[in-house]
Amino acid sequence: MTKQEALFEFLLRKADDSLIIGHRLSEWCGHGPILEEDIALTNIALDLIGQATELYKYAAKVEDKGRTEDDLAFLRLEREYKNVLLVEQPNGDFGKTIVRQFFFDHFEHLFYEGLVNSKDERIAAIATKTIKEIKYHLRHSSEWVIRLGDGTEESHERVQESVTALSRFIDEMFYQNDVDEILIKEGIIPDVKLFKDEFYKNIEAILEEATLKLPAENYQMSGGRKGVHTEHLGYLLAELQYMQRTYPGMEW
Amino acid sequence: MSKKEWPLWEVFIRSKQGLSHKHVGSLRAADAEMAVNNARDVYTRRSEGVSIWVVESANVVASDPSEAGPLFEPANSKAYRHPTFYEVPEGIKHM
Repeated sequence: MTKQEALFEFLLRKADDSLIIGHRLSEWCGHGPILEEDIALTNIALDLIGQATELYKYAAKVEDKGRTEDDLAFLRLEREYKNVLLVEQPNGDFGKTIVRQFFFDHFEHLFYEGLVNSKDERIAAIATKTIKEIKYHLRHSSEWVIRLGDGTEESHERVQESVTALSRFIDEMFYQNDVDEILIKEGIIPDVKLFKDEFYKNIEAILEEATLKLPAENYQMSGGRKGVHTEHLGYLLAELQYMQRTYPGMEW
Repeated sequence: MSKKEWPLWEVFIRSKQGLSHKHVGSLRAADAEMAVNNARDVYTRRSEGVSIWVVESANVVASDPSEAGPLFEPANSKAYRHPTFYEVPEGIKHM
């Protein structure tokens, strides 16, 4: 694998992560539990879709085959999406959406802090803008985890169920293969192994304050980075891609 | 309507350094920290602010509208209280 191929693959992975979880959050538009939260979730969705746009643009340039960011976002098949399984999981109740975001934000926070120092200038620039957005997302999801976990009996029970269910998807965020090896060696991306302990320390501190617990052991799912997804992604893509598939090249 | 509504908060935004915080509206939130978060999301989406204050609406003490006459009308006839007899030096903004 060449450095260029590795860079393209990496950009797709991270763009797909942001696009898919951003799309999931956008499903809350008009359905938020209260007006304030409806706006908060769609704000975060817009941040994430904006991040995806920047990453797809760069990916299209790196690939250099005449595809645009829209082609990459809207016109690939399910197996060609490289997002982690966590981000495609359905919204569930508000608490489940928050827990999914909580795991994701804590990972992204540490990952993008490393990306800010990337030797690839364009990635460093994207990361510098993105890290500010992520810090707010992190604050939003963490505050909610604490309030739902340490809230009423029902909110505690429901959010604990979501923590248990979604914790199966945590390890996959730390997946690495030769793509990562090449880019770590070049100083383009951080080595996720180095902050895995910190990640767990960070989320466990908040979960403890929220009177919640990660399950002691949980079978860890993976496959997303290879394009092998859970059954939920196909439905999501059907909706995401509908307009471009039905009216190719349409703009508005 | 649920009877257990979150308390109402009044939101004040400082649009830039040097200006004072201005009342922009209200919102509901479970506690003070969430009220600041919500205010950020609801009232600063278009770069409206550099600082946020929130005050629980129940803590705002207001004047009684029926007292408006005795409270405010006596000032109407005191034109000499207005600083209209001074020239504002050039370059002074926000006065």
